[in-house]
Amino acid sequence: MTGGGFLARNIAGFTQALESVLVTENLSRIPGFMQGLDPRVKVITLLLFIIFVGLAQDFPILIAILILSLVLVLLSKIPMALYFKRLFIFIPIFTAVIAIPALFITPGTPLLSVAGKAVITLQGARTAGLLILRVTDSLSLGLLLIITTPWTKFLVALRWLRLPSLIVDILGMTYRYIFLLLHTANSMFMARQSRTIGGFTGAENRRWLGRALATTMVKSQYLSEEVYLAMLSRGYQGEIRTLSELNIRGRDFVWMAFTLSALSLILWSIYR
Amino acid sequence: MSSVDNTFIYSAKNLDYDYPGGIAALKEICFDIGAGELVALVGANGSGKSTLLKLLDGLLFPTSGELLAFGMKLSEKILETGSRAVDFRRRVGLVFQDPDVQLFSPTVWEEVTFGPLQLGICREEVISRANEALELLNIVNLRERPPYLLSGGEKKKVSLASVLSLRPQVLLLDEPTTGLDPWSQGNLIDFLLQWADKDKVLVFSTQDLDVVEEVATRIIVMGAGHGIVADGKPEEFLSDSDFLLRNNLVHEHSHRHKDLVHRHPHLHERSHEH
Repeated sequence: MTGGGFLARNIAGFTQALESVLVTENLSRIPGFMQGLDPRVKVITLLLFIIFVGLAQDFPILIAILILSLVLVLLSKIPMALYFKRLFIFIPIFTAVIAIPALFITPGTPLLSVAGKAVITLQGARTAGLLILRVTDSLSLGLLLIITTPWTKFLVALRWLRLPSLIVDILGMTYRYIFLLLHTANSMFMARQSRTIGGFTGAENRRWLGRALATTMVKSQYLSEEVYLAMLSRGYQGEIRTLSELNIRGRDFVWMAFTLSALSLILWSIYR
Repeated sequence: MSSVDNTFIYSAKNLDYDYPGGIAALKEICFDIGAGELVALVGANGSGKSTLLKLLDGLLFPTSGELLAFGMKLSEKILETGSRAVDFRRRVGLVFQDPDVQLFSPTVWEEVTFGPLQLGICREEVISRANEALELLNIVNLRERPPYLLSGGEKKKVSLASVLSLRPQVLLLDEPTTGLDPWSQGNLIDFLLQWADKDKVLVFSTQDLDVVEEVATRIIVMGAGHGIVADGKPEEFLSDSDFLLRNNLVHEHSHRHKDLVHRHPHLHERSHEH
């Protein structure tokens, strides 16, 4: 591995991570259907959909929810290419490990023989198909929530949902400072690249990476101490108080009514 | 809390501060600061200016000696909780040197509302103060922005707004002009001079003697030995090149005047027309 390649890949990775977040932030603020909903309503309704996706046993219901999520993506003016790219990054990670064995180990009617030995059963294919669809639906709904909700509003919604304040505050600060540390790490990589001619061995790169990680950790510890003092300075007494500036409007009620109707229909189809 | 002379906003008596491990940061610091004073803390790097500002903000506490603020001896116990702690935090605001330390909230709006909310100020008043602070610094357009998307100058302004929303009587600024372009520096100086009045106190650390001359009514010079080496009116010291050179406040180095390269101390003098 050459030094240039190793460093260039890391710098590109950091930059890409930052760009990706910026794109998401911008999409969450454009005037689309989901962006216009109250974040609390969005969190609750999409979470309910995800729970129902877990309960659903039929392909038509899961396909209908997938189509619904794609319609919402369109109504929210999210570029389809970006959406599918993010969706299909995760699906193999979450499903392959479980879905592939299920094809072969689920007993039932033989459907296909692989290499003359392993047999894919009809029931196995159905189980794997349902699993892939469930994961796709859940990820699609989750992505919809993340892409159309500014991170700050998402935190306010979590606070409103009574998630412990400490957890929400830590989430908020982690997100805030990860960018600063990413910038620091990026600068360290660039500083090394600017003094690099030729290549390094893998062992040298690993040693340098270890030192860089340690330095970043020491810096983050110093930063956390200073941040704590800055919070104390402005009156922090153990729990962060915030202004809640959310309000539910007509569009939210329409969406809630639609969600309840759709979920009732799903429930009816499951238990009829 | 000890009963003391209430004439001064701050009164430091033989104040020492050691970092953990016994490394001295401040030695035998004595001064009184009254209402209406605009105090510049100057001194070379590592002379203890930032540490002193943190002591004045009740974030660090003297190893020995005592520091009084509004007639109250500052101690960890007093500033931990309770009405005296809240009162002190409402009256004193510190703007840190590194804005990334100060800007820990997810958006500019949450940053500016943070202080008043923690100090129990009612919702309507918090909103009014936050809007006022954003307008004062002309950064209303940044309201919904996350801090990591701000430029260095914008971060400095938001840091200042986040403290101004407390409407403090005492404003402590650690190197406020560092990293600002000349235009932003000028704006900041204008703002500070408008903000100041006979009831308020400004204490700021700086390396920039032009800013001292333009803003301060008093200068406290910290020496390499972590003590105060001079305390008085800026004009008494700023024209004394030997004093400035001795305390590393000016430097003698080679520089160019057209085709001539030569050495002499650089003073803070800057010619301008009225």
